[in-house]
Amino acid sequence: MKTYNNKAWLLVLPVVLCVAFSAIVPLMTVVNYSVQDILGPDQKVFVGTEWFKLVMRDPELHEALGRQILFSAAVLAIEIPLGILLALALPAQGWRSSLALVLLAMPLLIPQNVVGTIWQIYGRGDIGLAGAALNGLGLDYNYTGDSMDAWLTVLVMDIWHWTPLIALLAFAGLRAIPEAYYQAARIDGASRLAVFRFIQLPKLRGVLLIGLLLRFMDSFMIYTEPFVLTGGGPGNATTFLSQYLTQKAVGQFDLGPAAAFSLIYFLIILLACFVFYSLLQNAGPTEKAEH
Amino acid sequence: MASIELNGLGHRYPGSSDYALQPQTMRWEDGGAYALLGPSGCGKTTLLNIISGLLIPSEGRVLFDGRDVTTLPTEQRNIAQVFQFPVIYDTMTVFDNLAFPLRNRKLPESEVRSRVAEIAEILDLSSELKRRASGLSAEDKQRISLGRGLVRKDVAAVLFDEPLTVIDPHVKWLLRRQLKRIHHQLKLSLIYVTHDQIEALTFADQVVVMYQGQVVQMGTPQDLFEAPAHTFVGHFIGSPGMNLLPCELNGDSIRVGEQSLAIPPALAQQLAQVSGPLTLGVRPEFVRCAAEGELASLHARVLRLEDLGTSKLLTVQLGAHQLKVKLGEHAELPGEQVQLALQPERTMFYAAERRVA
Repeated sequence: MKTYNNKAWLLVLPVVLCVAFSAIVPLMTVVNYSVQDILGPDQKVFVGTEWFKLVMRDPELHEALGRQILFSAAVLAIEIPLGILLALALPAQGWRSSLALVLLAMPLLIPQNVVGTIWQIYGRGDIGLAGAALNGLGLDYNYTGDSMDAWLTVLVMDIWHWTPLIALLAFAGLRAIPEAYYQAARIDGASRLAVFRFIQLPKLRGVLLIGLLLRFMDSFMIYTEPFVLTGGGPGNATTFLSQYLTQKAVGQFDLGPAAAFSLIYFLIILLACFVFYSLLQNAGPTEKAEH
Repeated sequence: MASIELNGLGHRYPGSSDYALQPQTMRWEDGGAYALLGPSGCGKTTLLNIISGLLIPSEGRVLFDGRDVTTLPTEQRNIAQVFQFPVIYDTMTVFDNLAFPLRNRKLPESEVRSRVAEIAEILDLSSELKRRASGLSAEDKQRISLGRGLVRKDVAAVLFDEPLTVIDPHVKWLLRRQLKRIHHQLKLSLIYVTHDQIEALTFADQVVVMYQGQVVQMGTPQDLFEAPAHTFVGHFIGSPGMNLLPCELNGDSIRVGEQSLAIPPALAQQLAQVSGPLTLGVRPEFVRCAAEGELASLHARVLRLEDLGTSKLLTVQLGAHQLKVKLGEHAELPGEQVQLALQPERTMFYAAERRVA
């Protein structure tokens, strides 16, 4: 005979408390802000969905969102194929492989604000290696003055910083493919392209899904690098969503609209991740380990 | 279809001074079913990869029907290979999997369809053709691997590298029977690598036993059982394996430990030619309990009697060595001591592990 009691609740209590104070309570505070107009410590008015409507109509938000989507799309479209190509080109074993992996992993170890600073100097027209070289070649490159240059600099910086992550993930995925697949493909007379299309790419799907999600979330929330590089400028050229949010919340102290937008921002990322995940899961059958 | 000849073929992996495969010469007939049998690391997979062209040997030549293919890449060799773990292209349907080798060779689509339909019929995969290959069971996947080899018309030989390792035991028998049927139907040369003696003996017409990088015997299952050419074949094949006892020639008799065993003069003459220490080998199946005082028998002390269900296994102590004897199902323990008679024509003599008589 089994006896039932509620002791198990005690065991999950620590986790419940941690999650409550680290996620649920702050999130609910934001929800609280988003539906009230707080005028002072004791003065607040319930405004319903007013802030949401206001934020949704804000043209600055529309521009930031457009820039953000374009940026994340560019990041994914470049970093994922480039990462796969890098992984395919890496030596499979031996000291060359170790050396390549260490070199590749270096950018990943650098904190975001340091990356921003490095590129800020690197891109300077007067003393920066890249900036001076580009100007020396006759190109008019100036990331502090030209919006396009600033935007491209942020993009290249992100590619430099994060492509290695995709490359490392893909490299690990490639190493996990048993040798027999390649041997069978040779016997079947498959071309290099067919091997990639029918063996390597399907087997990489799992790690690429993780890479895609990580890169999407990260790039969609990018803040530090453009902030350090140009502070969101010139003009608003590199003001992405998180910076727009910071300006609203900390700069203008518009807590209501900022909170409303936070929730929208959160839902966009959640929705996009869900869509990516479902698409990739249904693109083919789930990989099962053969061993 | 082709005969396969190995001419002084040997292989050393780069950076290693030992042969993974000792240089050897061998000929495998067209349409035969051969099994490469040996323990892990004996070089059987190396040999298989050399035949399929996945590995270029460091010396010697491989000939298909007299044509030198030693350095020819795999895709030009007309070889099919089935691996230990099923290899399928899991984004494709069963049909596309089977069609893959043909499409890679740019065959017209109508021919692809008819070939695939034919092979699917033989392999009982017709009803699965539209399914995605990744959802199938291990044995169906292994059938697809085999099908991708058979679907090519020009296939010279099908190589199997322990293909039943991941298959459930009760399906193994089924697949093996199907394989034999296909062999008869298509008259293909089959080479089957395994470390499982039952698999090798039931599958192959000719079993090639490998040990430490060399072929120690090639013969029918019966040859391997009745006349092992090497002590390794003796104890690797059979369960339990052959009894091996060090012995000496002493005039017209053999001394085993403290005892003497009379042998025919012709055999004694033959053994007299051999230098080096002799070993007597006899399978447990060819030893019986003799009557007291019977000629040509050995005296031994009974250690234990185990019931194997369909037979009984007697273990005895003979001098410093133990000996196994297989007895009938209803055999009774003969007592503390026993007289053993060895069947003369099934008693082998070995020197330096090789059979000398």
